[in-house]
Amino acid sequence: MQFLDSLEPGEHATIVDFETEKLPLKLIEMGCLPGNKVCLLHRAPFNCPLYLEIDGCHMAIRREVASLIEIERP
Amino acid sequence: MAHFLKVALIGNPNTGKTSVFNALTGLNQKVGNYPGITVEKKEGSCRLNRTTKAHILDLPGTYSLNASSMDESVVIELLLNRNNKDFPDVAVVVTDVENLKRNLLLFTQIKDLEIPTLLVVNMSDQMKRKGISIEVEQLQADLGTQVILTSMRHQEGVAALKEALVNYRQLPTTPLLDLETIDADYFSRLQKTFPTESLYKLWLVITQDVNFSSLERKRIQAASDFKVQSDAVLKRLQQKETIKRYQIINQTLKQTYQVNNDAATDLRSRIDRILIHKVWGYVFFFALLFLIFQSIFDWSSVPMDFIDSSFAQLSQWVNAELPPGLFTSLLAEGIIPGLGGIVIFIPQIAFLFLFISLLEESGYMSRVVFLMDRGLRRFGLSGKSVIPLISGTACAIPAVMATRNIENWKERLLTILVTPFTTCSARLPVYLILISLVIPERSILGINAQGLTLMGLYILGFAMALLSSWILKSYFKTTTKSYFVVEMPNYKMPQLKNVGITVLEKTKSFVTEAGKIILAFSVLLWLMASFGPGEPFTKADTIVREANINNPLTEEALEAEIASYRLEHSYIGILGKAIEPVIRPLGYDWKIGIALISSFAAREVFVGSLATIYSVGSEEETPIKNKMAQEKRANGQVVFDLATGISLMLFYAFSMQCMSTLAIVKKETNSWRWPLLQLGLMTVIAYVTAFAAYQILS
Repeated sequence: MQFLDSLEPGEHATIVDFETEKLPLKLIEMGCLPGNKVCLLHRAPFNCPLYLEIDGCHMAIRREVASLIEIERP
Repeated sequence: MAHFLKVALIGNPNTGKTSVFNALTGLNQKVGNYPGITVEKKEGSCRLNRTTKAHILDLPGTYSLNASSMDESVVIELLLNRNNKDFPDVAVVVTDVENLKRNLLLFTQIKDLEIPTLLVVNMSDQMKRKGISIEVEQLQADLGTQVILTSMRHQEGVAALKEALVNYRQLPTTPLLDLETIDADYFSRLQKTFPTESLYKLWLVITQDVNFSSLERKRIQAASDFKVQSDAVLKRLQQKETIKRYQIINQTLKQTYQVNNDAATDLRSRIDRILIHKVWGYVFFFALLFLIFQSIFDWSSVPMDFIDSSFAQLSQWVNAELPPGLFTSLLAEGIIPGLGGIVIFIPQIAFLFLFISLLEESGYMSRVVFLMDRGLRRFGLSGKSVIPLISGTACAIPAVMATRNIENWKERLLTILVTPFTTCSARLPVYLILISLVIPERSILGINAQGLTLMGLYILGFAMALLSSWILKSYFKTTTKSYFVVEMPNYKMPQLKNVGITVLEKTKSFVTEAGKIILAFSVLLWLMASFGPGEPFTKADTIVREANINNPLTEEALEAEIASYRLEHSYIGILGKAIEPVIRPLGYDWKIGIALISSFAAREVFVGSLATIYSVGSEEETPIKNKMAQEKRANGQVVFDLATGISLMLFYAFSMQCMSTLAIVKKETNSWRWPLLQLGLMTVIAYVTAFAAYQILS
């Protein structure tokens, strides 16, 4: 299984699933849903936080949260 | 009589909701607080047509009706309570054309509350550049609303919005999402238990932790055939609900909203490449901070000097023109110097709010949060602590309130505890007057030495905030997993009107709030300085003249002797003398002691107090700075030398002299423990550093 924190800057993927219990609802509300496209735009120094584009919406999340989100590379 | 229509503006952050509010109300707006809590309440009025006026409420920005902060709870509490006097006749959901999909999530929720709802698609001027096209008719039909395209930058769509508001009764109020499609069994049982209530409202009452007055949670929990689900089950249902809503939105947008990605020239990624660069991003941020502080110091000095000398002249004029007496004295030596102490704040506060509002409006603030998160986490803080820490340079009260969007409790508490170390604008007049007294006006490497000192004090404030957070963080244990979601909005050219209104409103409310305290203290000080117990005060004149009978003094010098003797034996003089032993090791005399005592309620009182103290009994009105420079100790040395100046600056940098901050910390942390800890720690740090500085430098 691959997770969102393994993406390299500029890389695209598709969200497959996430840990329902732990993932904050707010992230889902911002469009982090299975089936949506995700792209890692930038990583801050020391690899955290991550600047993502998910389904046209731009946001930054921390690595620990990204590691809860399962992705599939094209 | 004109009919008042109640309108609520609702929307995600960064959609230009405030621009819409400003376009509708102009300067007919006021900012207050919701009763009992400190969430900012913005309301205003506007005329829709000849017979209808509207009362407009600008609700706090929220991503959804699932509240994760107190600001968001306000929105839900209002929209669920039809008996609330602010309950809207019509809701206006403001969205940004580029983020329409995400913005529509909130729209579907508001719509499901069965309130007439209008959809404003803002920033429509961006459509062409971004290659976006919208089928408005179809979108209206699918969402059961009226869609208004607006561009506040070009003042487009305001008339259409007003017209739509007048005709709000034509808006359908049917819900968009049938909750029973999420979990038929659960929701049909819920509906059966409360057949008269709207299902989505019931669902919000169950899931949201807010106060409801009309629909009570207890009543639902008490219902016998309805079992409250565990948190995990509820959360899963909420996730399902969100997914269902997005399905509806996607279905709708597929036919009505096209983006031509080729046309979207990406300004964002080009600017981001520099502004969040591993090296240049930080260089840019710190250079910007440096520029801001230099300009606050340089630009505001001219109007400040002008205000200072104008008030001095006014006092002089009052003294000369009005018949002498108690009232003239109160006016010239109590009220006017006190008011001057407030008005002198205005230039700096306005500049500071100007910069903060530019940083927020442009979208740059989120980049700073992104850049600083990792670094600040080492100190137990969050990237989002940057906003409180920077707003703390204006005032700690809004800064403590701004910690609400920090999701993690430990990070939030630490931010609250250390924010008062940042240099708030109330410290600024204290610093400015001390710097101009003790730091020479020279250039070091082409940089103004006084400006450099000021910047040093700001850095010191931040450094102490970080250091104390780093020390405190190990005392807090936390089990909650930290989560952190921050939207990275598009870069935008700040709109002059929005920035102007923000600066105006914030400065106004600061000056009136702080002004009340300062004015009250000025009058109190004047009273305590103008009266004293017993003979030494009432017979000061005779006592001093008799003591100097063999000492040939000019009449002028004798007058000064008398005034000083009288002040020393007034109530305030006695109080200042009483604490002198404690503050003498820091290099302060009893007059500074008086200013210290009075500024325990609010630091900004310091300069006003000194102004009042030095004005009492003196006929000529020179600016306060000159009076302080002339002040001598018993041995003939100037009072405000480098050692005392630095010691005072350090004391003000670290001590907790603000009742309002203590009150807000109590409110936000819901306990006296944290404000008292703050007060104790900060006072000790202030005393120790000021003591060390004076002993080393003198």
